[in-house]
Amino acid sequence: MNKMQYLKDVATLKLETSLCTGCGMCAIVCPHDVFKIHSGKAVLNDINDCMECGACMKNCRSGALTVRSGVGCAAGIINGILNNSEPTCGCSNTKEKACC
Amino acid sequence: MDLSLNLQSLKPLSYKIPSVSTVLDFKDYLGTIKVRWGIGRDNYSINPGLYKIGNPNNESDVFVSANYKLSFDTLRKNLTGINAWILVIDTKGVNVWCAAGKDTFSTNNIIQSVKNSSLGDIVKHRKIIIPQLGAPGIAAHIVKEQSGFKVIYGPIHAKDIKTFLQAGYKASPEMRKVTFPFKERAKLIPVDFMYGKYKLMALLMLFFVLSGLDKRGILFSKMLETGFFPVINIIGAYIAGIVIVPSMLPYIPFRAFSLKGAFGGAVSTFILCFFFHQSTLEMISMGAINVSIASFVTMNFTGSSTFTSLSGVKKEMKWSIPFQIGLSATGLMLFIISKFL
Repeated sequence: MNKMQYLKDVATLKLETSLCTGCGMCAIVCPHDVFKIHSGKAVLNDINDCMECGACMKNCRSGALTVRSGVGCAAGIINGILNNSEPTCGCSNTKEKACC
Repeated sequence: MDLSLNLQSLKPLSYKIPSVSTVLDFKDYLGTIKVRWGIGRDNYSINPGLYKIGNPNNESDVFVSANYKLSFDTLRKNLTGINAWILVIDTKGVNVWCAAGKDTFSTNNIIQSVKNSSLGDIVKHRKIIIPQLGAPGIAAHIVKEQSGFKVIYGPIHAKDIKTFLQAGYKASPEMRKVTFPFKERAKLIPVDFMYGKYKLMALLMLFFVLSGLDKRGILFSKMLETGFFPVINIIGAYIAGIVIVPSMLPYIPFRAFSLKGAFGGAVSTFILCFFFHQSTLEMISMGAINVSIASFVTMNFTGSSTFTSLSGVKKEMKWSIPFQIGLSATGLMLFIISKFL
């Protein structure tokens, strides 16, 4: 088992292979080596390594990648619930405050 | 008409750009230590804009960074011997990765900063090097379309920049992969430890006072006599949850952080009960309290870790928050009951 892998079968990452142009940007930006390019198309190595940062989706110009990205941070989720907003790491209510 | 003003305007644009050293001084290191302990961390920023490293010319590389001073310091100290430009983006003093996650290290912000700094007049080439961890906030193709500058994603760690440049702007697969080794976990622990310090003190006070409960009322002498046990347990659980478990993260069983923490809290209880024997009920009550505290604080370490996802944290919180609340309430009740027996 990869000891730095989080919960299994939760990642919302989806790859629509028919839209993929094989440009390879996803493989460059992914910090967890989730993608490789095989015969001109992106393929997933292990989706359970995905931390849903959203870098691949943002840099995929053909729109082949979707993921519900956000902060994997319990304090951020609690803040989101308390402020009735999206999960943010503690800086939304007091502006210009650093965090994470 | 003031002649000097005219002369000034004839000087190259780069004349006014501040120059920075690649050597950190004592104040920089002191600042680093302070923010790592959470002191003045909310205001550790530098002015956004262009900076010079060495003697850059119109062909020198441009590195983009956040205006969190720790990010800027890490970048510049790894550019020794290189002539380059640093374009600092206003991220409200937040590091690159976190700022990318909350859209301050963003496509629009980069495009604006390129324009505001007149980068297009200062360098002849049309490429900017952005740290890979900025990618969650940046659409490289849109930056290219709207600013004319091609985004090259540099390595995750600034220490790999020289190798990256030597390889012709290529980062090896290892340089592109985020890890979370002991050294990096250890750096984050002090801030997390300090983060909950007031809650910890309030909890210690509460249990110290409760330990004075007696059939005859609340006795100060009983607090002094028996207050030590809950106090040492709560401190132990806090340390287990925020120091021990995070530093030994890959070696602690379970994937869910709340369970890793609960495990740490259980272990700390066994150790403390072995050394400081109390009534069975009081030991059980403190065990429940310890497990819930350690579970909660380790769960919060998900925000510091480099591999947890929003979906995953939401999933574990669905059961771990009720578990922590239920267990701490049970522990509190049992603790009070133990004082009347």
